[in-house]
Amino acid sequence: MAERIYAAPIVDPSMKPVWDAAAEGRLLIGLCKDTGRHFYYPRGASPFTLSPNVEVVQATGRGTIYSYTVMRVAQPYACAYVELEEGPRLFTNIVDCAFEEIRIGMKVRVVFRPTQDAEGAAGAPVPMFAPA
Amino acid sequence: MSLRGRACIVGAYEHPTRKAEDKSVAQLHAEVAFGALQDAGLSKDDIDGYFCAGDAPGMGPLAMADYLGLDRLSHVDSTDIGGSSYLAHVAHAAAAIALGRCNIALITLAGRPRSEGMATGTGARAQNAQVPDDPFEIPMGRTVAGSYAMCAMRHMHEFGTTSEDLAWIKVAASHHAQHNPHAMLKKVVTVEEVVNSPLVADPLHRLDCCVISDGGGALIVARPEIARSLKRPVIAVRGTGEAIKGQFGGYPDLTFSGARFSGARAFAEAGVTPADIRYASIYDSFTITVLIQLEDLGFCAKGDGGRFVRDGNLISGVGKLPFNTDGGGLCNNHPANRGGMTKVIEAVRQLRGEAHPAVQVADCGLALAHGTGGLLGHRHGSATLILERE
Repeated sequence: MAERIYAAPIVDPSMKPVWDAAAEGRLLIGLCKDTGRHFYYPRGASPFTLSPNVEVVQATGRGTIYSYTVMRVAQPYACAYVELEEGPRLFTNIVDCAFEEIRIGMKVRVVFRPTQDAEGAAGAPVPMFAPA
Repeated sequence: MSLRGRACIVGAYEHPTRKAEDKSVAQLHAEVAFGALQDAGLSKDDIDGYFCAGDAPGMGPLAMADYLGLDRLSHVDSTDIGGSSYLAHVAHAAAAIALGRCNIALITLAGRPRSEGMATGTGARAQNAQVPDDPFEIPMGRTVAGSYAMCAMRHMHEFGTTSEDLAWIKVAASHHAQHNPHAMLKKVVTVEEVVNSPLVADPLHRLDCCVISDGGGALIVARPEIARSLKRPVIAVRGTGEAIKGQFGGYPDLTFSGARFSGARAFAEAGVTPADIRYASIYDSFTITVLIQLEDLGFCAKGDGGRFVRDGNLISGVGKLPFNTDGGGLCNNHPANRGGMTKVIEAVRQLRGEAHPAVQVADCGLALAHGTGGLLGHRHGSATLILERE
């Protein structure tokens, strides 16, 4: 069955670098420079200290599945939290994998999928994960 | 300041409708408000505090306060933490009463997602440009059912919880719902029927999910001296707790809920323990919601929820912890997709001795009501109440 059409993310001006990188196939995540801890989703303040001393950095794009579900809707899809090598758990979809083969702990890697807005125009691609 | 004993629930009313095709949401709010006032033996002009959440049409409390003709209000609050809002409202009303900001507070909830054909659990939601998480989650197909399902999957992985364990929660609810003439699902179901119902979001089956219903409910909270002057049994607010659980900057643990924090706060304020609770209303948007909250509230250890709910332990007259004796969201109703109001109402019925005789808990003097609002696996509100019959 064909994959569902992914909705284009609304690109907030402050998040433009993140979505521009996605268009180049790069996954950016937040880094709190005060604590050295990575965070997700990216934002302009550290969720650990509230300090503005943050930046976006490129993730390896490798991780493992922390949990998942298969949505049994007309066009089924698999949602998951993937734990990145850098630490954060990111809400995403598992693609290029038969649903019955998905397991917690499975090694996965990021793959970007194209998106469409309500008018059918192309949006920024979104980070999904496939078996590594 | 402790809120223990500072306010009482003097009126409670659950709308009997489950499908209100010919009524507006505002009208449903009016009908439940009137019902709760009649139950309390009070009238509209006695109300000087009003509480509502996001189901109320209009800006905060403005449209509904005007529609209901509440023109003597000295205190309003429109805190919205989803389905747990109404339990928080009881605590906020108690605080406002304790501070002298109002004397008699009305809390209303109403909605009609069933008539509107809402795909509550599995439907895609629109992004809000101002909500920072939406662009990172909605294109990924964030849904209500999917969020709770991922919690169930992880709980099974870490603790060996099974679909059969979860099914026992639905079975218990159905045993209670058979006695409720208003319940949407009155048929008693078996564990086999639950686990053989179609998957909605693995590992949750159709019968692991609550119903989608129209309706509503209302509560009246009053100063204790006023409560004692009325003719109804006095149900005191003994303990209250609230919490928000988010993603901790990208480090969510899907095996516990905000109940861990709100429950501990409520028990501390009440000065009681889970072993003292005779009846519990536990938010049941899905079976997994109940299991995780029971652990977090301290009715059993983390990870032991599956064993705790097995073999009818939640069935009134059978098990150790009778829960949701109206049939709950799983079988009775889930008005406006927000089940916190009906959780409080059934706890009040139990404490008054007014639950259906087949499910009434003997000598029910202390009850707990707990709600989770929002998405268990993403971000949610939690509110816990411990209520006592004087």
